[in-house]
Amino acid sequence: MENEVKLTAGAMVTFGIAVAALVVLPYIQVRDVKPPEGLKPYTSAELRGRASYISNGCVYCHTQQPRSESFAPDAKRGWGRASVPGDYVYDRPHLLGSMRTGPDLMNIGVRQPSKDWQLGHLYQPRAYVPGSIMPPFPYLFELKDQADPDEQVVTLPPGTAPSGKVVVATPEALDLVKYLQALRRNYPILPPEPQAADGAKTSSSTRPTPKPAGAS
Amino acid sequence: MESAILSLLGAFLLSIMGLFVFIWSLRKGLLVENPKAASAIFVAGEIGHTDDPALGRGDQQRFQTAAAESGDGAHTPDQHEVEDRISADRSSAFPVFMFIAFACMWLLFGGIAGLTASLKLHMPDWLVSDAWMTFGRIRTVHLTAVLYGWITNAELGLIIWLMPRLLRTPLMGNLWIMLGGALVNIAIASGIGAIGAGWSDGMEYLEMPWQIGIFFAAGMVCIVVPVLYTLVNRKVDSLYVTTWYHTAGLLWITMLFIVGKLPGVHFGVQQAAMNWWYGHNVLGLWFTPVAVGAIYYFLPKVIARPIRSYNLSILGFWTLAFFYAQVGGHHLVGGPVPGWLVTLSIVQSMMMIVPVLAFSINMALTMRGRMRLALYSPTLRFMMFGGAMYFLSSLQGSFEALRSVQRVAHFTHFTVAHAHLGAYGFVTMVLFGAIYFMMPRILNWEWPYPRLIAWHFWLAAIGITIYFVGLSYGGWLQGLAMLDETRPFMDSVAVTIPWLQWRSLAGALMVASHLIFVGHFLAMALRFGPNRAGAALFAHPSRN
Repeated sequence: MENEVKLTAGAMVTFGIAVAALVVLPYIQVRDVKPPEGLKPYTSAELRGRASYISNGCVYCHTQQPRSESFAPDAKRGWGRASVPGDYVYDRPHLLGSMRTGPDLMNIGVRQPSKDWQLGHLYQPRAYVPGSIMPPFPYLFELKDQADPDEQVVTLPPGTAPSGKVVVATPEALDLVKYLQALRRNYPILPPEPQAADGAKTSSSTRPTPKPAGAS
Repeated sequence: MESAILSLLGAFLLSIMGLFVFIWSLRKGLLVENPKAASAIFVAGEIGHTDDPALGRGDQQRFQTAAAESGDGAHTPDQHEVEDRISADRSSAFPVFMFIAFACMWLLFGGIAGLTASLKLHMPDWLVSDAWMTFGRIRTVHLTAVLYGWITNAELGLIIWLMPRLLRTPLMGNLWIMLGGALVNIAIASGIGAIGAGWSDGMEYLEMPWQIGIFFAAGMVCIVVPVLYTLVNRKVDSLYVTTWYHTAGLLWITMLFIVGKLPGVHFGVQQAAMNWWYGHNVLGLWFTPVAVGAIYYFLPKVIARPIRSYNLSILGFWTLAFFYAQVGGHHLVGGPVPGWLVTLSIVQSMMMIVPVLAFSINMALTMRGRMRLALYSPTLRFMMFGGAMYFLSSLQGSFEALRSVQRVAHFTHFTVAHAHLGAYGFVTMVLFGAIYFMMPRILNWEWPYPRLIAWHFWLAAIGITIYFVGLSYGGWLQGLAMLDETRPFMDSVAVTIPWLQWRSLAGALMVASHLIFVGHFLAMALRFGPNRAGAALFAHPSRN
């Protein structure tokens, strides 16, 4: 029995150490992180859009984690400042991503706020970005002879839609675009930890006054 | 800067301490080779009697002649112990066949899904009319089918087949194991259906909705308990290293899955840390230990020589258990997670060189002067290829974790190439070899068309080589283009296109090899080709 006990106990100890280090400690460290003042919770339409971002697997080609300028030129590409844990407090599940087959989307709502552009780009990415390898999502749209008055007609570059038809966005496409437009993390954040930890009194006095978020 | 050095030092000290604790617990000297424990896989008098059931009878004779060394032939295998092994094999045959059959089905399905996803990356307007066909879903269907469907089923079959053999005791709780297998496969099939329909938990490797994951976890528990029960009823004195790897692997994947899937607990960046702790541990604590354990059994068994140093293999086990469990954080280099976490994972990634070297040195010494035997034995060929790819992919992984390499390689196809080197070049090739060895014993039937085994091997080996070399190069170019702020982002897309096309070609070769393999498996299961004479389960020259 000695070997069995050593085996199972040892395996569980190494496993326990790893859980403590990579799951429990980060949990303790970030559970009290407050959302930055400029960050608003998602609206229900944005959450529906986020659900279709997940179900269509956008996360497999797009990250949401710009890195610091010392590491990579993410900010120079217009992807935004390096993100901090507070930026993600409303994110369940997290969508940090692991591939940049396409660009980072952490601040796509700042970079490309136009609803028409986003809808048209989802319908046919290559009509806007030559050489793009993003899949088109025609199933988020309807082809009609004529749109009803309350429907959103997608304005497309000439030659993109079949002739004689109009492209109408489904509610799912509209929600997805609302989510993309909400991806704006350009509000100010507290300075990074090392400076803040220099002294308790300085951390409160050097805290920048939050400016109104974004331009909107 | 100072905190980085401190955490680095802390991680290093912790690792060293952990290492010494386990070395202490083993009590035996590390440099002792321990030939007695290494010979536990052989019955009395069996050393020198080669064994590759994937060969026809004539080929077995040729292999035996080629493998003969001075001092052989004095003994014949103890027939009583051989009978024990036959009854151990018989006890597990049906559940193992079930797992392998499921694994083959998922391999074929998952491979085709993967090829489709690969083609879609350079033909983006192909198959886009319906939601289930979109890249984001097909890619995830591929991942779930090959990781959970193929590798997990094949490894479960492998564990359940080797456990009774190594413990010299019949398998206990067969019905529970088959119930577990049914639950696991119901979960995989439903998970794939859910992902295709757009219902996903949204985290890489953990996409299967947790409601479906309950079936997976319940199935794993139904399998683990009988295996542990068989373990405590063993008839051998000491456990062989394969049993260590396999038992620990089963416990780890069950715990991993349950912790990773706990609904409502994880959030924000903590969830990201958990996600990659899980993602890398599926490879590190489930795929790798089971495949390494398989090599520790099949390689010496086929060539009929014990591994060179048993105690070194145990050192490899404990260092892998300790270091590998903590490497997941390197997937978040540069990300918004605490810096100490990433540093810890980078240190442990480098420490992974220890178990990898322990394994590789051991195998190299065991095979020294016997490499040519790969010409004769298909099982050995797959095992040697897999072992070599384990060495390469692990070493690559250790260096890939460094921040300097990550600056370029992170977020690119370079990582995808690395993942396939590990999951295909290493794990899948080992599983192929193991299935070629196991099936004749399980079905009591020869592989009907031995030439197909060679076709399978070469198509798969050439396929993964093109895949890895092409995509690594393309991914590196992509990373360089992204780092250069003067180049537009679209450059980083354009440079990958030719290499994505090469990847599709490589994927087509791999899928072709799977068609051959699964077709051959079906032909065998349907009893094509020659029968074996009775229970001719062991190749001794005396019996012929």
